[in-house]
This record gives sequence, C-alpha cells and structure tokens, in this order.
Amino acid sequence: MGKTLFDKIWDNHVVETIDNGPSVLYIDRHFIHEVTSPQAFKGIEERGVELFRPKQTIATADHNVPTLNQHLPIKDELSRMQVEQLINNCAKHGVELYGLGHPYQGIVHVIGPELGITQPGMTIVCGDSHTSTHGAFGAIAFGIGTSEVEMVFASQSVLQTKPKTMRINIEGALQKGVVAKDIILYIIAKISASGATGYFVEYAGSTIRSLSMEARMTICNMSIEMGARGGMIAPDDTCFDYIKGRAFAPKGEAWNDAINQWTQLYSDADAIFDAEINIDANAIEPMITYGTNPGLGIAINGFIPVVETIVDEGERNNIIKALKYMGLESGASLLGMPVQHIFIGSCTNSRIEDLREVAALVKGKKKNSAVQVMIVPGSQQVAKQVNAEGLDLIFAEAGFQIRQAGCSACLGMNEDKIPNGEYCISTSNRNFEGRQGAGARTLLASPLTAAAAAITGVVTDIRSLI
Amino acid sequence: MKALKEIKSQFVPLPMENIDTDQIIPARFLKSTTRDGFGKNLFRDWRYNNNDETNPKPDFALNQSQYKGEILVAGKNFGCGSSREHAAWALQDYGFNAVVSSFFADIFKNNALNNGVLPVTVSDAFLQEIFEQNNTCLLTINVEAQTIKINTTGSTAHFDINLYKKTCLLNGFDDIDFLISRKELIAEFEKKN
Ligand code: SF4
Repeated sequence: MGKTLFDKIWDNHVVETIDNGPSVLYIDRHFIHEVTSPQAFKGIEERGVELFRPKQTIATADHNVPTLNQHLPIKDELSRMQVEQLINNCAKHGVELYGLGHPYQGIVHVIGPELGITQPGMTIVCGDSHTSTHGAFGAIAFGIGTSEVEMVFASQSVLQTKPKTMRINIEGALQKGVVAKDIILYIIAKISASGATGYFVEYAGSTIRSLSMEARMTICNMSIEMGARGGMIAPDDTCFDYIKGRAFAPKGEAWNDAINQWTQLYSDADAIFDAEINIDANAIEPMITYGTNPGLGIAINGFIPVVETIVDEGERNNIIKALKYMGLESGASLLGMPVQHIFIGSCTNSRIEDLREVAALVKGKKKNSAVQVMIVPGSQQVAKQVNAEGLDLIFAEAGFQIRQAGCSACLGMNEDKIPNGEYCISTSNRNFEGRQGAGARTLLASPLTAAAAAITGVVTDIRSLI
Repeated sequence: MKALKEIKSQFVPLPMENIDTDQIIPARFLKSTTRDGFGKNLFRDWRYNNNDETNPKPDFALNQSQYKGEILVAGKNFGCGSSREHAAWALQDYGFNAVVSSFFADIFKNNALNNGVLPVTVSDAFLQEIFEQNNTCLLTINVEAQTIKINTTGSTAHFDINLYKKTCLLNGFDDIDFLISRKELIAEFEKKN
C-alpha cells in the first residue's frame, strides 16, 4: 500500500515508538516567541540541562510588541519585561533572535517561510497553534504547548501520538472575488470548528495546485480552526520557485539535492486516508463569519441560520449565545451592516500578496469616514516590500493607517485592540469572544472583503465592486 | 509533576460547547513569565462584569458557592483554539485536577496531561447524566481503572488514556524527563539522517 505525504515525513522523523504510547518525533525547526517560551527556558534551567540543538531554534518577538514606534521602549511594563526576557534567554542559550529592530523581525509564521527557513519534508513546531501555516510547503508543522517547547529545548524532539489523516480535495475554478481565505472559511463552516479534530489534513486537487504559496499558507494557517493538528500541501514547482534564492534556502549543489528529495514528497496514488472530503471550488462564495467560532460562517450574500430550525440542542444554544454576544439577529443578512473597524493583518493574511490585492482594490479610492482601517504587514520584509512597490502611498491616500510588523489586533494582548461592542471586519483567524479585546465583535473575512468594507463602511459583497 | 491516582470530588458544571482557550484565559493575562498565579484570571471575562473583581457575574458557575471541587465538567470541544498552556496552568492553579467533557481539542489535551490535569472523555449521554446531578453529588475518577463514577447513582463509564500517559500520571513522571533519558538515541538518529 502506498504512503500518504504525512506518513512519509512522519516515518522519516520517528526516533523511537513507545509500546502503547506516543513516538519520539525528531524536530528539524523550532520557532519560539516571547509569550510561550519564558516558562520553558526556566524549566530547562531548573532541570540543569542545556539546549540540545540551539541552532535549530529561531526566535522572534511578535505577539506582545507595539506596532507603532517600535524604536522606543515598550510602554507596557509586563510586555516590556516579556520581550526583554526573550532577549536575555536567547543570548544566554545561544538562540538566534530576530527581535524588534532586526530586519527579519515579524510574525513567526510569516518570517519562517519568507526567509526560506521553512522547507519541504521538515518537521516544524512552535508554541503557537497557527504553526500549521508552514505545512503549505509540504512540511509537518504543528503548534505545541510550553511543556513541549521545553521538550524540544531539552532533546530536539517531542512525544507525539500519530494523528489520523484526512484529505480535502478541492477541484474546479474559483468564482471572481473568491480567494484562499474564502476557501478555508467555507471548509470550516462546512465541517465545523471541531470537524477535523484528531486529524492531520492534506489539501489537494486542481484548485490548490493553482494557488500561490501565500494563498496556500492562508489555507494551511486555519487548519487548526477546524480542530486539525495541522494542514499540509504537497510541494511542487510553485513551492520550489518560492523558496529558491531566499536567505536560508539551500544553494548550489545543495539546492539540486534538495529538489531531488522534495520531488518525492507527495501522497502515493494508492495511499489511503482515514477520511476524505471533496469540495467543489465553484460553489464557494466570498465568506464572512457571524458568530464566535470560525465555523460559524456564511456566504456574504447568505443569511444567519434561523435558530429555531437548528435541531441539535447544543449547537442551537451555541448559536444563540454567539448571536447575543455579536448583537446580531437570527435569520438576518449581514450585507449593508455598518462596521467601525477594519483590520488587515495577522499570520493568516499579512503577506505581500494580500496587501497587493488590497492595494489594487482601493487604489484611487478613499475609506469611508466612519471606519478606522489598520494595515499591519506580517514582517519587516513585507513592510519594506510594501514601500518598494509604492503600496504605502495607495494606503495613505485611502486613509488607511499602516503599522509596523506584529500580531497586532489579532489577539487582544498588545496595544492594538477593538473597543467593547464595536464591529471589526478582520482578516485574522479567530472570532472568539474577546479575542480582539474585551467585548470586541469580530467578523472574519478575506482581505478583499475587508478592503471593500473599508471603502463602503458596511459589509459589502466584493463582487459588486469589481 | 505530582502523581495522580484517584480524584473524588464534587464538580463545577459548565454546560457550554466549544469553550476556547481565549475564554479559559484571555490573551491579556499571558504576559507573565512564570507558571503561577493564572487561577485568579481563569474564565476572567465570564466571571466578572467589566473586568472588575469586585463585581462577579452571579449566574456564572464559578461564582456560585454551591459549586466547588476539583473537577470541571464542560460541554463538547473543550479547549479549542490557541495552544497556550496557560489554560491548563490556570485550571490547575484554580484547583481543578480533572476536566470531563465529551470531546477535547488536541493541543489542550496534551497540555493538560503534561501538567497533571486529567482530561476525561465520556459519551454525550454520560456527560448529560452528570449535568443532571445536583451540586452535592460526588464523582470518582480512578486513573488506574480508567473509570469515572457518579457516586449518587453508581453509574460508571470507562475512559481512554494511552498506557504511557497513564504510567506518567500514576507515577508523577513527565515527558521531559523521559526525553532527556533518550538523548543518546536521538543523537544517533541525527547521525543516520
Ligand atoms: S497573528 Fe494572531 S494567530 Fe498569528 S501568531 Fe500572531 S496571535 Fe497567533
């Protein structure tokens, strides 16, 4: 029987399997950031062990950094201490840090790929659930907790139970105005926020093959939002072209060797998955969420479910609670609803391609005066590219505020928050209660849908503008 | 990690589905660089009005004195969302040693086990049966036998846990100790690959 892509990489990295227990899985690349690493550093210090392979860990500061005036000391004392502790820990333990002020700083899942650190066939972990992003390169990449960060520090390995595998096949051409974010929001709405729990997902099919690496990253990024351990896509020429020439990509002879290995990374034709789902790309419309988990999404021109018609009691109560928090009505349409904030950023949608799409739409237009628009590039490199291409001028003219790289309003942790009770169309990945700040009401959507609302001030079907 | 063999306790019911880690511990409380003290911010925004500790929400179970104990019983898909281990630390710091639900998110389950908080997965029907008990009812969780019993009715369910994790819990070992003991093997693996 053939092997799945997942199995090939997994088998290559198993050091040992414990009887009736997990496997010791070797980790090629470990990314860390300021929020989930301090307790792990402290842990190994208390145990009196050294970092086993410090060169395979790469650090950045992203979650808890301000996105304005990054050259000044961080005002919030606790945030400053956390970032300083990262600097000290990295220096003490020999870990490379791309911290504030470094040209490589940025959201951990944006910088790994753009620097060419993320490569096909690798195992990659980070103390952040959206580590699944790196799976777009044909890697096994998944989020871990702080105890597991400590495991990697101590042994360059984690203990993992092998997940089941699921393949999601997406075939056909996308409608005009439909982008990667809509594909993944559509899938999550279809299978629910827990529909892939226990599985590692491979995305396949002609639609996926036709997507850019940025788009593939958006899709893999949100795998965790349907409960999956991770998501991945078999590497192909699009992937190899993206990696070639990047700072840490293999060069010369090593490049040829790498390509020889990488081209073996696909699921064999007779490989069997534990579950398989087929999606018709043509059926996908621009999506938006109305509730407080990413599975509560609808087509932008659709209607919120009528709660009385939901048979499952748990789900019905869930939606009633979500609608109450969101201040929305059962059965209503969202089109035309005023919003107060637009957030374009996060590891889901803050890459150069996302910002180019937004710029192309808003060029020569002005934002609606009732909305505030925040654009937060995913990394210093993306910010540099934005300026090089003159997108900053387009955004400035439209009245958008461009900030510096970081997680920003994706999570209500740093200074960027959405005020209590106000609506935000956000290109991030989570609409949980309070995610963007206490009482904030998040509508997840694509960068195009967010940009359309920036212009009109209301929830808008992007297809009416193009 | 301390050993965990049996828990016999009243329980706190939270009959809601999809309780995510942003609710268990909101991001703004993740600035600490130690593992301690997260319990006071457990379910912070569900516990207090306007983030004000002197203004608890009376209808939230953690604020109702009749509910107490080491066991939290919650609706399905508990712990979804962020990988923050702070969620497990907050539950433990508050005093919970087990969480019972009909479905757990993967990362949460690992994080909980790595901290000696036992996730107990039961059927939807059994979960319902627990929710129907009154607040004085005791639950008994036996790690060795992998059973959970509703003491008032005697109704008992079996739960799954892999043998390795079970041995760790019963003995108070943790994965990091195990991996450190495997360093030579890991170094050999590196040479071969
Ligand atoms: S942008 Fe948001 S989801 Fe991505 S790493 Fe940062 S906080 Fe996590």
